[in-house]
Amino acid sequence: MSGSDSGATWAASSGLAGGTSTEVERGRDEFVALSAITLNVNGRRLRLEVDTRTSLLDALREHLRLTGTKKGCDHGQCGACTVLLNGRRIYSCLALAVMHEDDEIVTIEGLGEPGDLHPVQAAFVECDGFQCGYCTPGQICSAVGMLAEAAAGWPSHVTADVSSPRIALSGAEIRERMSGNICRCAAYPNIVAAIRIVSEGGPA
Amino acid sequence: MVIGQALNRVDGPLKVAGRATYAYEHWDDGPPLYGFIVGATIGIGRITRIDTSRAERSPGVQLVMTHHDAPAQGSPDLSIPFEYWRAYPVLSSPDVHHYGEPVALVVATTFEQARAAAALVDLEYAGGSGSYDFAACVDQAYAPDNLIFGILPTDTAVGDLDAGFDSAPVRIDERYTTPYELSQPMEPHACLVVPDGEDLIVYVSTQIVDAARASIASTLRIDPERIHIITPYVGGGFGSKLRIHSETILAVFAARALRRPVKLALTRQQIFHLTGVRPTSSQRVRLGAQRDGRLVAIAHEVTMHTNRHSEYIEPTATTTRGLYAAPHRLTRTWLTPLDLPRGEDVRAPGEAPGLLAVESAMDELAHAVGMDPVELRIRNEPTVDPERGVPFSDRHLVDCLREGARRFDWERRPATPASVREGQWLVGYGMAAAIRGHFQAPTTGRVRLAADGTAAVQSDMTDIGTGTYTILTQVAADGLGLPPGRVRVELGRSEYPVSMGSGGSWGAANSSTAVHRACEALREKLVTTARNDARSALHGLDPAGAEFSGGRVSIGGVSEALSEIVARNHPEGVEAEGETLAMTDDPNYRDYALHTYGAHFAEVGVDADTAEIRLRRMLGVFSVGRVLNAKTARSQLIGGMIWGLGAALEEEAVVDPRSGAFVNRDLAQYMVPVHADAVEVDAVVLDGFDDKANVLGAKGLGELGICGAGAAVANAVFNATGVRVRDFPITLEKVLPGLPPMED
Ligand code: FES
Ligand code: FES
Repeated sequence: MSGSDSGATWAASSGLAGGTSTEVERGRDEFVALSAITLNVNGRRLRLEVDTRTSLLDALREHLRLTGTKKGCDHGQCGACTVLLNGRRIYSCLALAVMHEDDEIVTIEGLGEPGDLHPVQAAFVECDGFQCGYCTPGQICSAVGMLAEAAAGWPSHVTADVSSPRIALSGAEIRERMSGNICRCAAYPNIVAAIRIVSEGGPA
Repeated sequence: MVIGQALNRVDGPLKVAGRATYAYEHWDDGPPLYGFIVGATIGIGRITRIDTSRAERSPGVQLVMTHHDAPAQGSPDLSIPFEYWRAYPVLSSPDVHHYGEPVALVVATTFEQARAAAALVDLEYAGGSGSYDFAACVDQAYAPDNLIFGILPTDTAVGDLDAGFDSAPVRIDERYTTPYELSQPMEPHACLVVPDGEDLIVYVSTQIVDAARASIASTLRIDPERIHIITPYVGGGFGSKLRIHSETILAVFAARALRRPVKLALTRQQIFHLTGVRPTSSQRVRLGAQRDGRLVAIAHEVTMHTNRHSEYIEPTATTTRGLYAAPHRLTRTWLTPLDLPRGEDVRAPGEAPGLLAVESAMDELAHAVGMDPVELRIRNEPTVDPERGVPFSDRHLVDCLREGARRFDWERRPATPASVREGQWLVGYGMAAAIRGHFQAPTTGRVRLAADGTAAVQSDMTDIGTGTYTILTQVAADGLGLPPGRVRVELGRSEYPVSMGSGGSWGAANSSTAVHRACEALREKLVTTARNDARSALHGLDPAGAEFSGGRVSIGGVSEALSEIVARNHPEGVEAEGETLAMTDDPNYRDYALHTYGAHFAEVGVDADTAEIRLRRMLGVFSVGRVLNAKTARSQLIGGMIWGLGAALEEEAVVDPRSGAFVNRDLAQYMVPVHADAVEVDAVVLDGFDDKANVLGAKGLGELGICGAGAAVANAVFNATGVRVRDFPITLEKVLPGLPPMED
């Protein structure tokens, strides 16, 4: 049936990603092109077989059941899916899982857990940097990535002196750098307050 | 007292650690199948042919459902005043009523397969000619027969508006328009349905558990007891999850047909057409005043769109009824039927668009009579409800105005528009008043004390980010004299006592009152038990003076731990329920006008060359009776204020006049406020206690923050530039032509 044709097409495209492809029969007339990949997630080396169309976000949520990373738009427009990829923040909905063989991924679950929270997580609780909590893992991962970018001296659109090796994280700097993470509950002032606590090395 | 304290959210650690599970994220019932909705690509008409064969042959596909094979469904019972409880038929006919309406459902083993197969459903339509252009159809408006939400009249009149207005020496008569807006919570509308024998377990992102259950049951025409709703965490609702929509009904159909767990989430684009929209409005506001600013006439006449097949009346004109004194008054509501998605509640339905118009008009009046806008409002403060004649329960609007003006340094406001320039920025100040009715609805809560001295609160109430888990922890802690750490709150399950959920800002007061009463009943049980228990230290003592604190009950100098009383007499635990009345059964709603109040102050900068508008700071001061949690209350209010900012400057869904589609249907093009927009926003709540509202003195505040906030920003834009924009949102191209000429 026509399923095998499309299966072959996917097998070919998944080859581009360097993974191994298999065609798996799943009953009825289904043929699914899967690629076996290895991801390092929160310090654990995990093997999984994914459809080549599977986003990194869905690999985390639907395959590894790490649902802390959220899907808000699936189109790179909200930031709910932000994770740390080799230390840098990315929108995981805009990445295909097969593109990330052997990459190091840290999700919200890897930053901390109740009772042993990461300083940014703890500051979010203290400052009430969320309401519904759905954008929150993305905000927190984004904040962790952003703090590293600022520490490395990366300027932003609002940096007055882009040649300065030191970035002072003012409210305006934090707001600019966090604007890729939408919070519809609009907890923004409290999120900025939480990030300032951490960036200024205050209690968290 | 734990009530009122700025307790951190008790669900906070779970949320910040990514361990709070939302509807699409439950795995206990095994791997689900994935659904994907195919939406109509016409605005009105009829499906003439559907060929599902390509989709059915697509890998992994388990089911393709269309109107040909969807189950028979109940239709909405229009006698139910709140439509959230009514049936919600989907795929029930070949007719298309608006763009994006579901025309097929595809279910497959994986999400990728379902999405791919959805693109393979072949459809042909016979398109009709639809009405999509509000401005072009506004002359077709009609006066609706129904009450708003089954309780509020659409129109009111006091005195003789026309005569009063005509006699006034100062007259403002302007028309304001507001656009289509959407709730757009960050968690998409999602559902996971697990068949369990003849029953269905439904994990769904919803604001009202009981309504979700009733709506599913009446759509399927089955016993509601067969439906088990579970919704411990909801990723925002803002009105769009008051009722369940097609995602839930279609997941239910599929799970029943396939006898497998099925989950389905709307895509962000689908949310624009499938979850309801705040109708666009055209609002005529007339203010007739004496030269000293005193109002003699106030009229607010509103026309909004409604979907032709599903009437929705946003209570926009009602906003003005209790706001200012004036002997001659009129409010009127008309609807223009269009072939667009249904109108539904979006945060602060009515007040949000209504106060944009009325509070802009008040600013125009202040300018016309040369008065400070704060003083103008104070001058028109009513002593009793100006329409109903009854006293206000606890009105502190003037206190909010004065305190806000003081904290904001309002006296530094440029008295003349377009008179202050800092570098490239024209700087202006604006303010607006806020008012919102406080409502109440029947709600039951249960409190159970275990033999270890810990308490569990149970209600089908939801926490949509509002802080319900936390405030009910505080209420029960005070109610039983327990430390908050010994209270556990369990929400969002249909087997728990029924609440009216989260909506209309009534959830906190409804549920807190019910839980408080449950605690009272439980205390009564405990002291009676102890008095009758020969082994109790309190045996035979008069329970009248009993005090509960630190997990102990004491009478006179004698005390005993609650855990001991329970362990001896009720080893399985002991519980009690408490109730909140419907407002129609509460005489205070007849004898008093119950509202919440606020005053917003904003400072903006407008780029003198480009007309780019930037908020510089914003402050709201509010009166909401007693605050249950200072931290979560402030967060709610700030969030609402930023929504107001979005309504003033950004949010607008644009209709394609050929198809009725919202053309900017994603978060890159439907602009909502982001971090960079929300500069220095703060909220302050006045101490208070409204003894007419309920035993706790607390009123709702989830929507108050948005009320009037946008008008304060709009008025600041006028103060900065001298340009009055009455067509919201205020975007650059509307301001630019009126800016002062560029300097050389
Ligand atoms: S889900 Fe990835 S940016 Fe929105
Ligand atoms: S906390 Fe709800 S969207 Fe940010």
